[in-house]
Formats: sequence, structure tokens, C-alpha cells
Amino acid sequence: MFSASHRLHSEAMSAEENHSTYGKCNNPHGHGHNYALEVTVSGPVDEHTGMICNLVDLDNFVDREILERFDHQNLNTLSEFSGEVPTTENLCASIYEIVQEGFRHARLEKVRLEETMMNSFEYAGGAEIWK
Amino acid sequence: MVYLTRKAEFSASHYYHNPDFTPEENRRIFGKCNNPNGHGHNYTLEVTVKGDVDPRSGFVVDLKQLKEILNREVLDDHRFLNKEVPEFFTRIPTTENLAIAIWQRLAPKLKTAQLHRVRVYETQDLFVDFYGEV
Repeated sequence: MFSASHRLHSEAMSAEENHSTYGKCNNPHGHGHNYALEVTVSGPVDEHTGMICNLVDLDNFVDREILERFDHQNLNTLSEFSGEVPTTENLCASIYEIVQEGFRHARLEKVRLEETMMNSFEYAGGAEIWK
Repeated sequence: MVYLTRKAEFSASHYYHNPDFTPEENRRIFGKCNNPNGHGHNYTLEVTVKGDVDPRSGFVVDLKQLKEILNREVLDDHRFLNKEVPEFFTRIPTTENLAIAIWQRLAPKLKTAQLHRVRVYETQDLFVDFYGEV
């Protein structure tokens, strides 16, 4: 879980188009969410440990690389979103890329990000998700 | 390809009855769900759509439009499914058939993203997934 603010606004659109596309998410002062993150990994069960990977390793990676980067930040000010609107679609893909690049102990399957209790997003590196 | 899931709730009543079965068969197969006066549930619906993120907007789908479609096609609730919803005049309104009916209402209405999954929770302990393959 992490909390961050954002404003949905595209420099490529007129003020009217930004307003009609993003509605109240276009408020220039921004607004925030509590994002709930799920990272799904897969792999063979290690015969010595009985685990796919050590959860401590996964927790530490997510704490260090995701939560420390995004928690209590304004997403619009981060380098990932200097040329991209910080929608939860794009945030989900950014988090996937970070885990995919850096976490070596198991295979990343997908990232699921809840923006609110009613809206959630999933990304599997562009692959189809069946479940 | 990004997947977006929108959750919504609706309440409706129904009962299970097949006119081709004898009264005994209906009672045996459907149990207390066969009570002709109906009973109700608070259903939770999860609609998942998939598509490429529009590079201009950063959206996979316009959530305002998706909510409007859901409100119009599904969430006009507090209905007795057997008597008020045409799909169930002849089909038994099981949660399986409800998921299929919701898919069939939504799929043709979606423009920018493609429907991926309809999940309907009848109770917290029971849900049905439908991926469109009849």
C-alpha cells in the first residue's frame, strides 16, 4: 500500500480537451489515492526451502524500489511521468518495469494496482492474462 | 495490453425453476432457491476490460463512459429477475446465466477497450467468471 497524488493533464491537449477527458482528475492542484499493490511471481518450488522465493526478499525489494519511490510523492514530479500522464494504467506499467528489471529471485507474472476499491488495473508486460 | 477492472453493486431477487421439471425435481435440484416468491442477493459485479493504453490520454478506457454503460445496461437494479428482465423470462436466473447476460449486454457497447471478463459475486463466498466463450 502506498499513497500518492497526481493530476491527469496532457500538454498535447487543449484546456477544454483536458477537462473533457479527465474531468475532476484534471484539477490543477492534484488529488491523491491510497494505491494497493499486488505483485505476482511464479517459479518452481525450491526443494530445500519449499518456497518459490523468499518473501523477505520480495518484501524488501518492493519496499526499497516501489514504496520508497512512490509513497507520499506527487507522481507528476517523478521522472517516469515527465513525458507521460500518471494514469494508473501508466503507473502500473512503470511498477512492472521496475520489478521486471530488478527482482531476480522469481519470474514476474503481473502487477495489479488498486486505485480505489472500485477501480483496479493489471499489467503483465503486454501479455494476455487469463485469470 | 492493460486490464482495467471496475466494480459495482446491485441488488435483485430471483428464484430457480424449470417448467420441464416436476415440482419434486425442482425442489430436489434447486432446494430453497425454488421458493416461487423469490429471494434476493446483493450482487457484486466486476467488469474487466483490456486494451492498449492510449498514448495521448494514458487511458485504456474512458471510465466515465464505462460507468454510463454499466449504469444503463446493468445497474438499474432492485428487480425481480424472473419477471422483469427479458433474458430470464425463459432462462433460469442462476449466477452463471446472469454473468452471461451481463456479458452479452456489455460486449457490443464497448468501443475502445475489449471486454475480458465478467465476474459476478452472488454472495461473498460464491462467484462466477465468464470470459465470453459460450
